[in-house]
Amino acid sequence: MRVLVTGASGMLGGAVADLLAARGDEVTVMQRRSAGGRHRERLGDITDAAAVRAAVAGQDAVVHLAAKVDVVGPWPDYERTNIGGTRTVVDAAAAAGVDRLVHVSSPAVAHAGRSLTGESAGPADPARARGHYARSKAAAEVLALGADSDRMRVTAVRPHLVWGPGDTQLVGRLVARARTGRLPVVGPGTALVDTTFVDNAAEALVAALDRIEHARGQALVVTNGEPRPVGELIGDICRAAGAPAPRLHVPVPVAYGVGALVEAAMVASRRVPQLPEITEPPLTRFLVEQLSTAHWFDQRQTRHTLRWAPRVSIAEGLHALSLHAGRARSV
Amino acid sequence: MNGADLPGVDPSWSRRVRVTDSTAGDGTAYAWHVLDNGPQLAERGEDVVGTVLCVHGNPTWSYLWRRVLAQAPAGWRVVAVDQLGMGWSERTPGPRELSRRVADLGDLTAALGVTGPVVTLAHDWGGPISLGWALAHPEQLAAVVLTNTAVHQPAAQPRPTAIRLARSAPLLDLVCRRTPAFVRATTATCLPPLPRPVRDAFAAPYATPARRQGVADFVADIPFEEDHPSHPTLTRVAEGVRTLQVPALLVWGTSDPVFSQRYLEDLSERLPHADIQVYPSASHLVLEDHPEGVATIWQWVRERVGAPVPPRPAVEAPRVPVAVSTQDPDATAVVELGGRGGRISRGDLAARVESVATALHLRGVRPGDRVAVLVPPGIDLSTVVYAVWRLGAVVVVADAGLGLRRLGAALRGAGPDHVVGIRKALALARATRVPGTRIGAEPEQMHELIAGAAAHPAPPLWPEDPDADGAILFTSGATGPPKGVAYTRAQLGAQVALLRDTFALHAGERFVAAFAPFALYGPALGLTSAVPDMDVTAPHTLTASALAEAVAAVDATVVFASPAALRNVVATADALTPAQRRVMAGPRLVLSAGAPVPTSLLEQVRQVLPSAATHTPYGMTEALPVATVDPTTVQATDEGVCVGAPVPGVEVGIAPLSEDGTPAETLAHTPGVLGEIVVRGPHVKERYDRRWAAQQASARPPGWHRTGDVGHLDTEGRLWVGGRWVHLLTTPAGPLAPYAVEHRVARLPGVADVAVVGVGPRGTQQVIVVVVPQRRLGRRAAVLAGTDLAAAVRERAGVPVAAVLVRDWLPVDIRHASKVDRTALARWAEQQLHPGGSLSQARGAVARLGGAPSTRSR
Repeated sequence: MRVLVTGASGMLGGAVADLLAARGDEVTVMQRRSAGGRHRERLGDITDAAAVRAAVAGQDAVVHLAAKVDVVGPWPDYERTNIGGTRTVVDAAAAAGVDRLVHVSSPAVAHAGRSLTGESAGPADPARARGHYARSKAAAEVLALGADSDRMRVTAVRPHLVWGPGDTQLVGRLVARARTGRLPVVGPGTALVDTTFVDNAAEALVAALDRIEHARGQALVVTNGEPRPVGELIGDICRAAGAPAPRLHVPVPVAYGVGALVEAAMVASRRVPQLPEITEPPLTRFLVEQLSTAHWFDQRQTRHTLRWAPRVSIAEGLHALSLHAGRARSV
Repeated sequence: MNGADLPGVDPSWSRRVRVTDSTAGDGTAYAWHVLDNGPQLAERGEDVVGTVLCVHGNPTWSYLWRRVLAQAPAGWRVVAVDQLGMGWSERTPGPRELSRRVADLGDLTAALGVTGPVVTLAHDWGGPISLGWALAHPEQLAAVVLTNTAVHQPAAQPRPTAIRLARSAPLLDLVCRRTPAFVRATTATCLPPLPRPVRDAFAAPYATPARRQGVADFVADIPFEEDHPSHPTLTRVAEGVRTLQVPALLVWGTSDPVFSQRYLEDLSERLPHADIQVYPSASHLVLEDHPEGVATIWQWVRERVGAPVPPRPAVEAPRVPVAVSTQDPDATAVVELGGRGGRISRGDLAARVESVATALHLRGVRPGDRVAVLVPPGIDLSTVVYAVWRLGAVVVVADAGLGLRRLGAALRGAGPDHVVGIRKALALARATRVPGTRIGAEPEQMHELIAGAAAHPAPPLWPEDPDADGAILFTSGATGPPKGVAYTRAQLGAQVALLRDTFALHAGERFVAAFAPFALYGPALGLTSAVPDMDVTAPHTLTASALAEAVAAVDATVVFASPAALRNVVATADALTPAQRRVMAGPRLVLSAGAPVPTSLLEQVRQVLPSAATHTPYGMTEALPVATVDPTTVQATDEGVCVGAPVPGVEVGIAPLSEDGTPAETLAHTPGVLGEIVVRGPHVKERYDRRWAAQQASARPPGWHRTGDVGHLDTEGRLWVGGRWVHLLTTPAGPLAPYAVEHRVARLPGVADVAVVGVGPRGTQQVIVVVVPQRRLGRRAAVLAGTDLAAAVRERAGVPVAAVLVRDWLPVDIRHASKVDRTALARWAEQQLHPGGSLSQARGAVARLGGAPSTRSR
């Protein structure tokens, strides 16, 4: 099978490309900067229709991961990359006669801010999803699933909080903050949160490609199926990565207030030319919500549909993380 | 109807029928309104297998029966009438007294072509009318169902205040006709309150004074006075009821301020074969307060009508008569160490029982009467209980550990004819409105009873009826409101024999009775029992010294004590004198039941009572014992709690659980299969008293009892208990019973106590382990377990654990202080782990409403 993977410079995209290549698929990766040269590369922006058309030409399948995943930024950026980019990829794939498309989404697309406990994948809701990222991804998922047809079968997979060795997003940020003592535990840290170890997420995406006939037209949440209290998990990840576990406990209302202030400061930093722009906010209200509400998922439907189960447990994942951190330190 | 769109009513049920009034004799006809699914049945081509004829009272109408129509099984026609002058039926020129209403109903059924078999179903003053119809149509009558009604007003008892007030003429007109006060008040009594649209629907046909004339006439027709024109008819019906041989069901909301429980007692006395379903929290409109009663009625109709009740499979088993053994009359029967102390020989006890039976007979106790016995354990309790049995009456016993309010409610629900009790107990009975004549049982009152009986001949000996009720006991209420459990005399006798044979309790043996249920059986078995000096309502007050004194008093070979009592014995063992320590080497057996007993506790007990085996019989109020074992002899394993092999004569089956935790209908005996534990034996309860639906649900298959526990059998035929079914977790990997995981974790160092609960939706629940560390936590300590403890628990648990939480105590039942309320604990865990979840909070509020009271484990 010839497969195009967009967004392969990220940890998950890279893992999917490696996995496909390892089992003998013909892999092309597309992103703005080189992803390391392990696979045939097409450099370009997914909002560039011509570049995308060139990349999908001759492919049997597409795994679409490229997205703007930052916590903050102006809406037009999200709209352009996440909605516009997905439209470009979907249109080009359909035109090129691609047979199957796996759109990588997020559980946040159906998350209106309250606790999610043991729920399965609800419909993506661009109107109610919280924050620019979730809203743009919700619109993108609706768009992608809307393109599902007998000619091009489409499924959406929503991995929740993917982490692993080499992760610059979740693990990287947590560890960086923990090292500088800027990582608070919001509230008692008891909210149950699902996460996904990167290998499991990659295998689920590959399973979605293989089981597209069963998965088509629907969205499936993918997690390790091992919810953990968020405070415990963050502590474990920090320790595994060789950083101190957070000690600072901030009550939820305080954190929420700080988040609001930070957001106001960010807006100001963009509007007032003299101020340096804040790109890595210490705390936002969205983040407070994520850290103080439960979100874990019913995985039965996903596992049944994809005939997939997570292979790496959280404990094993943490071990891999600490080995990686140890290597990184010794280099 | 008025074209109104009423909630719950299919408009196609609504019919008008013109019926000639047979009592008028002049061809007068009236237009009736009925809800009738007959035309629907005809349309679907279903043959009518039977008809339920529903008769409302005052001031409701056929709307009351909408759910009966909605839930009608295939082939069942339901005709719910609006009586003349009521509902949407025609207003008649004058009032219609009871006899005419009975005739009216006959005219209607004839006009509708209703043939047999017919089940009458009635409420309120519809009761006498429906029974009048039933007596007039014996060839069609298949069964009668009555809900909160009356056929007789005992002259000696006050009439319901509400009716009495409404009967004064000016008030009657004001309340019933000129204003809708009565119409509105009727639906305002519901618990919980009815939705507004439903209340409006009940009031809809009574919108104007003219339309309410029938309501006032109906109240005026209540024949309280002996010279009332309807009095003879009501009396004829009330007496006629006694002749009914058809199956009968009485469905009652006993919180009804009008047709209160005493009318249920009156009807159950007239229809002694009736099945009874009581809803203690329901008021007058019982099927509005408890709509599930409609499904129960249909279930009853389908099981009872046409199909004879399958006789319970006879179980041949040894039986001990429930009477004081007359062997060796000089031997000591009971020794009391508390209070004034006392000692009585078996011969004297038998004589005392005979005297008290004579006295109780003089006070009106008759065979079949229910006698609540509220006397502390000891000579007097044994005397009264055996005297009640001697008279062929039924002992109703509840222990104060239920909590006084629930104790009162439980006794009231059993409807005793007599209450024998000490002063405090009689005061409680009065305060909680327990019915029945009162008989004092303070020591001096017992003397008076005995003295007063001296001049009278002994009451006749009644022919022993093994199938007659012998006792009503109550479930502990640790996992719900206490339910009455009825045992026949044969079942009581079988239980005594099972205890004797299982524990080799031979005549002449001596035991200490710190656990009431078994203590009562001593005199029947010819044993000597000693009641230690303790507050029997608080088992944890038994000290090691008090136990030693009791052992010494009778040279005891066996000790019965609850786990809470044993815990205190161990805790106070340091106070034993060397002489007391020597005495404690005597008993060969310690029996402890009522709640799970940790092996560690039993090992400590063995240091205090060094010669004793420690048996923990497994069973419940409905069936005791089921199995027994000395847990200190069982190899510690990771499978749960081994309760031993079923005792001889008792069968254990397993109803395997489905993926979502539902127990199967059919039983398996395959080792290793997890399921609900189902038992059968000669001592298994006859029924849940006045809880027909609960009884049907528990007696599946017929003759068996569903215990509500889950567990499995091992290859050696031993039974392992995994927990209560209500505490079962349903994880993505399937159902999980908590005990096994708890046992594994409990063996970790530093763990004082542990409970396992699930959070999240059924089928995808996450396992949460709640640990009580031996070291007390600070007031502001974290809820999450520390890294090391969490890791140790996860490693030991044997199942994936989402979170390990710590707290200082577990919620436990107030009666045994050892049954962990995992439902409450799960609610707490959910609040911690799903903060801000409005859904979980709403669930919590609902669960709190029905929850049993609980206390702290430490």
